[in-house]
Amino acid sequence: MIIETKTSQAIQSNTPTIMTANNVDVFYGKKQAICNVSLNIPENQITALIGPSGCGKSTFLRCFNRMNDTINICRVSGEIKFSGQNIYDPKVDVVALRSRIGMVFQKANPFPKSIFENVAYGPRIHGLAESKDELESIVIRSLKRAGLYDEVSDRLSEPGTSLSGGQQQRLCIARAIAVDPQVILMDEPCSALDPIATAIIEDLMETMKEKYTIVIVTHSMQQAARVSQQTAFFHLGELVESGDTQAIFTNPIQERTQNYISGRIG
Amino acid sequence: MRPQIQNELRRRNRRNQIKEFVIQGVLIASSFVAILTTIGIVASLVFEAFRFFEKIPLTEFLFSLEWSPQTAIRADQVGASGKFGVIPLLTGTLLISFIAMLVATPLGLLSAIYLAEFAKAKTRDIVKPLLELLAGIPTVVYGFFAALVVAPIIRATGSGAGFDISSESALAAGLVMGVMLIPFISSLSDDVINAVPQALRDASFGMGATHEETVTKVIIPAATPGIIGSLLLAISRAIGETMIVVMAAGLAANLTLNPFEAVTTMTVQIVTLLTGDQEFDSAKTLAAFAIALFLLILTLGLNIIALRIVDKYKKKYA
Amino acid sequence: MPNYILSTSRQMAKRHAREKRFKWYGRIAIFISIAFLVFMFSAIIFRGASAFQQTKISLDINFSESILDPSSSRDPDLLKRANYKPIVVESLLSVIPEVTERRDRNRLYKLLSTGAVFDLGEKVADDPSILGKSKKVWLLASSEVDLFMKGKIDPNVSEDLRRLKDRDIEWIEILKSEGRIKKKFNKTLFTNGDSREPEMAGILGAAIGSFFSLLVCFLIAFPLGILTAVYLEEYAKKNFITDFIEVNINNLAAVPSIVFGLLGLSIFLNFFHLPRSTPLVGGIVLALMTLPTIIIASRSILRSIPQSIRDAALGLGASKTQTTFHHVVPLAMPGMLTGTILGMARALGETAPLLMIGMVAFIVDIPKGVTDVATSLPVQIFLWADSPEKGFVERTSAAIMVLLAFLILMNICAVYLRKRLERRW
Repeated sequence: MIIETKTSQAIQSNTPTIMTANNVDVFYGKKQAICNVSLNIPENQITALIGPSGCGKSTFLRCFNRMNDTINICRVSGEIKFSGQNIYDPKVDVVALRSRIGMVFQKANPFPKSIFENVAYGPRIHGLAESKDELESIVIRSLKRAGLYDEVSDRLSEPGTSLSGGQQQRLCIARAIAVDPQVILMDEPCSALDPIATAIIEDLMETMKEKYTIVIVTHSMQQAARVSQQTAFFHLGELVESGDTQAIFTNPIQERTQNYISGRIG
Repeated sequence: MRPQIQNELRRRNRRNQIKEFVIQGVLIASSFVAILTTIGIVASLVFEAFRFFEKIPLTEFLFSLEWSPQTAIRADQVGASGKFGVIPLLTGTLLISFIAMLVATPLGLLSAIYLAEFAKAKTRDIVKPLLELLAGIPTVVYGFFAALVVAPIIRATGSGAGFDISSESALAAGLVMGVMLIPFISSLSDDVINAVPQALRDASFGMGATHEETVTKVIIPAATPGIIGSLLLAISRAIGETMIVVMAAGLAANLTLNPFEAVTTMTVQIVTLLTGDQEFDSAKTLAAFAIALFLLILTLGLNIIALRIVDKYKKKYA
Repeated sequence: MPNYILSTSRQMAKRHAREKRFKWYGRIAIFISIAFLVFMFSAIIFRGASAFQQTKISLDINFSESILDPSSSRDPDLLKRANYKPIVVESLLSVIPEVTERRDRNRLYKLLSTGAVFDLGEKVADDPSILGKSKKVWLLASSEVDLFMKGKIDPNVSEDLRRLKDRDIEWIEILKSEGRIKKKFNKTLFTNGDSREPEMAGILGAAIGSFFSLLVCFLIAFPLGILTAVYLEEYAKKNFITDFIEVNINNLAAVPSIVFGLLGLSIFLNFFHLPRSTPLVGGIVLALMTLPTIIIASRSILRSIPQSIRDAALGLGASKTQTTFHHVVPLAMPGMLTGTILGMARALGETAPLLMIGMVAFIVDIPKGVTDVATSLPVQIFLWADSPEKGFVERTSAAIMVLLAFLILMNICAVYLRKRLERRW
């Protein structure tokens, strides 16, 4: 069945959806940052959220793992489901939720601990390893999946902050992976990195999507076009258009989308 | 431009330049008062202390285990009866400071952590001023409280439980000194904890850690150098404290680690030696300056180490 | 899988329980700290509240001219020093006539404070027309009587263990039954200087001494502190000398207060031979102690003034001095004043350095200038706390209450100033 609406292009409906947002509003005090956004996140694919700065895409991303809870004046209404379960249900344990939905931030923020300890932190607090050996294998596996292991295998006890910017970000990715999440949210992960480091991480995302679902916020349309399968365009807090990445970039339905892509706005 | 105006402007310019120069001179001079004060302190302590060490050998001061400051009655009886060893004073000071830190560190740290991380804004608005109030109480009031309220209670509780606790016990003085230090440690730690970047908290929460895990496993380890610096500054404050111990601690030197006994401290001895009726030149009164020099070196040393640790920690996050 | 986020596995429950416990540790720590504060305040108020009242005995005194001023000279000096004891004893006997023996009469007379006759002398010297008349006067009772009236002496304790004997208590009861003994507002606490007798001891001398000391302290520390801060923030280039000055200031802020007292003793008293135990020297010592605090606070205020203000003035052709003193300093002044008031509040409570410069003597007179020998309020508290007489316990607590009241007032002023005049940049 092909679903075609005013705002979305053809979506392959045989891809299962792991997260859905329905009629989500986000308020910072009286100011409304997100207006009535509904979006499906297909599993094992990369969804890119694009739009000019200040359009609310990071705010929307943070709804998925309830990181907006940490901001006092932020209020979220609407429904967000993860595997069919409403994540704002009072019975939901947000600590458990965040072990299923991980996050990588704009500026790499490794803990002031060793590389090993950075990656081991998550598995430790969630009790994922029953022995030291198991913990070590989780850490090594995560570092490998983040494409960092070969570069740091001989200095796991050095501080995480001694790595380069790109390496630090991959360390943060390894850290998120170590908890074995199903979804990884990435908030402009490459905006502080040079083109080479960016390319490494984009390649990484391609291999990561086999095991994880990725939602990435990016201010670079080219990056969205390169890595994602689904793209959602945000403008002034509204979801203007979403759908298959190729379709959005070659043949957008909405005029605003067209204007953004051609550089007239943003 | 007419020559009269030119000349006038030239004159005014020179006048203004002289004014600027004079004002700058005044400013520099006032800044030198700080240096003069330091020189004054060091000079007065060193000078008098040296006069003391002419009468009493430095080795006795630093290594003798007895403190009973008596001066010779006859001129040829130099040092015969008196013993001027600073060690019993040092142990007394450290014992009371240790007890004080034992009280103040957990209470101050836990309060700071709770206020910085968990408390609602309304709670913070009420509790912080109250802690500031504790900080603003003059030490003579703490001393009164220690001597007339706390010491009798401790003594009564002790004898009820079968212990003989002195009415000038180190415990009473240390306990009250600890209460005085609580706001000191709390506000310094609060600054340190708030300085830990939000990014680290976000990273920890993003991985599904509880707030407590974030605090104990990420924030406190990150803030540890700063917290250690704060504790060292608090110890330095405790060592230099005078009124609480003058009013609540003992006068006789006592080389012991027992908190139930009365001990005396360096600051107490400085006060007793200088507020009695003694001529200024006797070894007794000069001893006060020797103790003060020792005290100054100790507290400044601690402060320098503390500031170095805190600086290194700040550079990590700058 | 889908219900994992709802799971309350044992492990998850343990983690949440640990968080709950941890938060309670914090709450308990805060509770204990504040409990100490409340305990201290209540202990002091409990002991000190009674000091605001003082027991007085009312007697009908016959100001017999023949005894007091036989030569009718009306000389105030002679009147002050006349012998008032006989007329007082006569009045006491008229109330309690059964006292016959001389020893008992002396004891009866001792119910009054030794200062009572001085009060009478003052009264007559001020208004000699009272001579020859009979008047009802309220006289100060002795400290023992006062303590008994305030319930601080236990009559059930064996007579040997107390100064107030059973006979005295009998007489007090007689006075009570005639309404001749009452607790009245204690003016002497606020109008007298120190005294050996608790009932006559007041804090006025100490308060004035503190005032003069703080005055000298302010006059020295405020200008020096502001000028130094202005120099370091606005003028000084980053070089060895300014670094050295900064290091000095930071170190001075950490020096124990008693060391400043020793500085005062050896340099200002012994070397410059300034008068001992005066607010002048006390003020200088306090100023040196407070200077680092004022400098550090003022510097941070100056730093918070945006550069754009200075740029605007300089752009108009103002000189460095004009920019600084016409623009920057006035904007910074409220903040710098706040810091200074807080520094003064700390200086008010300082005791140790003042002990070192000799302010530990027993001073009765009220000081009239900064070179008069004086004491300060915290030193007075220290001295009274050491006194053996029971009557001083309540007075010490009352003096503490007055001191704390001043401190709270100063802090409120500073906070009010900060809130009223603070700008948000």
